[in-house]
Amino acid sequence: MLGEGIIKGLAETAKNFVGSYVDGERLTTVQYPEERIAAKEAARNFPFLVFDGSDPHAGLRCVACQICEKECPPKCIYITKSKDKKPDYIGKPQFYPAVFDIDISVCMSCQICVEVCPFEAIKMDNEFELSNTDRFGGLLLDKNQLAKSNDFYRKIHPTEAAEVDARLAAEKEKAEAKAKADAEAKARAAAAKAAAPSVTKPAPLQTT
Amino acid sequence: MSSTILTDKGETPVASVDISAPEGAGQPNYTLTPRTSSTGGIESELLEVAMGPQHPSTHGVFRMDVVLDGERIVKLKPVFGYLHRNHEKIAENTTYLASMPYTDRLDYFCSLTNNWAYALAVEKLAGLQPPERAEYIRVITAELTRLVNHTALIGFLLQDMGASGTPLMYAFREREKILDLFESLTGARMMCNYMRFGGCRCDLPAGWLDETKQVVAAFPQFLDEYDRLLSENEILIARTQGVGILPHELAINASITGPMLRASGVNYDIRKVDKYGIYDRFSFRVPLGEHGDVYDRYMIRLLEMHESLKILEQALKDIPSGPIMDPKAKIRGFRPKTGEAYGRIEGPKGELGFYLISDGSPNPYRYRVRPPSLINLTILEDMCLGQTVADVVVILGSVDIVLGEVDR
Repeated sequence: MLGEGIIKGLAETAKNFVGSYVDGERLTTVQYPEERIAAKEAARNFPFLVFDGSDPHAGLRCVACQICEKECPPKCIYITKSKDKKPDYIGKPQFYPAVFDIDISVCMSCQICVEVCPFEAIKMDNEFELSNTDRFGGLLLDKNQLAKSNDFYRKIHPTEAAEVDARLAAEKEKAEAKAKADAEAKARAAAAKAAAPSVTKPAPLQTT
Repeated sequence: MSSTILTDKGETPVASVDISAPEGAGQPNYTLTPRTSSTGGIESELLEVAMGPQHPSTHGVFRMDVVLDGERIVKLKPVFGYLHRNHEKIAENTTYLASMPYTDRLDYFCSLTNNWAYALAVEKLAGLQPPERAEYIRVITAELTRLVNHTALIGFLLQDMGASGTPLMYAFREREKILDLFESLTGARMMCNYMRFGGCRCDLPAGWLDETKQVVAAFPQFLDEYDRLLSENEILIARTQGVGILPHELAINASITGPMLRASGVNYDIRKVDKYGIYDRFSFRVPLGEHGDVYDRYMIRLLEMHESLKILEQALKDIPSGPIMDPKAKIRGFRPKTGEAYGRIEGPKGELGFYLISDGSPNPYRYRVRPPSLINLTILEDMCLGQTVADVVVILGSVDIVLGEVDR
């Protein structure tokens, strides 16, 4: 019969229409500004800089090695290295970025900066409501706008942050153990030297 | 042939410019002469129409310069390049890894298959071998991508035919479920940037396989619904059967690949022919068309989705645990040895290939994409001649182009 296919199709549409009142599966629209879907753990949008503790300057993990600047495919990261050094999380003096800007109007959210960073200093944010009336200055984020605490990172990417924290803690422990061992070895050597300097070592040459 | 330059003062110019051009260059190879139409004694003439680049049915910024006799197509010239982004040259001036996110933006419906094709080419070049689990993840994500592409395509195809809204929205509803899976795995819905040379970027999150199994189990229901919705619809049949026929000899000669080639009845699927990755482990069939018309191309995509679901079921059952990266692979300072490689996969649109030449530096010396959309589009005129304007829209829809890939 001519028109049978059309009627069959319309029955399907009717089923969906009626079904949308009964079955949540068929009504999938989320009324966005009022209703929100919780962000997925892996969701990424634009990068931010992680700092430990409460002071964004003192705790900033970035050491201005500029690897991310070089590897960034659209070249949206601008870094200027500092002249002086500040201690990092282990206590080793390191450079820090005097300027660290990311132009998020250029950034394409590819996450390559995160992958190449050897210091776990740059991570992906899931913030997406970033509309701004100033299309040039407003979207060029500087160091202070980019710096976010490690607690924030733990909140948005719990699994990933736990791994990173464990890795950093292990590194710190290793560094501390090494420092302690070094100090002990030094102390032992010094003690040995103090105890029997003439036996273990030949007398220093006397120059006249 | 020489021409003189006209000056304001009326002097004879000092140097005459010689513009030698082949005979007839710049001239249309048809004549706009008044003629008698076949319908009666009415005088009519050919009409040149530019469809696009802002035409709603062109699937992007793409122009078709058509010459019409009444409503029939006499000549069609596809004009593309509006979305050219210099992808290949950028890739030659940046590291291998930094090109990976750009491949997402080629065919933005299927970023994961683009990633795979590029990763495959680089792996051939650098001699990397992804571990078992990574190969399974790649198959799963690629087949999900095929589902995403084909659902979106048939939605848009029906939209082009005037079934506005409903089928497209049903298709998007299902596509959304898969995009959610992509987001929880890769962090992005469309620009996934997930595969790496020698494996994948991160392991599957907890519970992802179960969610995927649920989506895959529910998908055939949607396909049946879609089938009932429109496959027997008399209007759809009238609009598609016998329209835009592509004979199989022509399809082979024009190096058409993918569902378009198979709709013309040529049994050629790179998953079967090349057996890249681990596709030799799965049992699936390659659906073939008979007539090579738009209806066959529509049905081929529906049937291919059923086969993709079969592969997905097998892969989700068999996926082993283990590492996801080749231990030899490295992220920083990646320099493959000198040589060349061509990696190709069966993308949802056809054979997607990447050809790379390495000179041992961090950047490829030559980087070339074989885009299935562009090559499938070259045959558009042959399919459209003699059809009506409304059919051209449908035929273009059935080719399945994405302008990001055509123009690169």
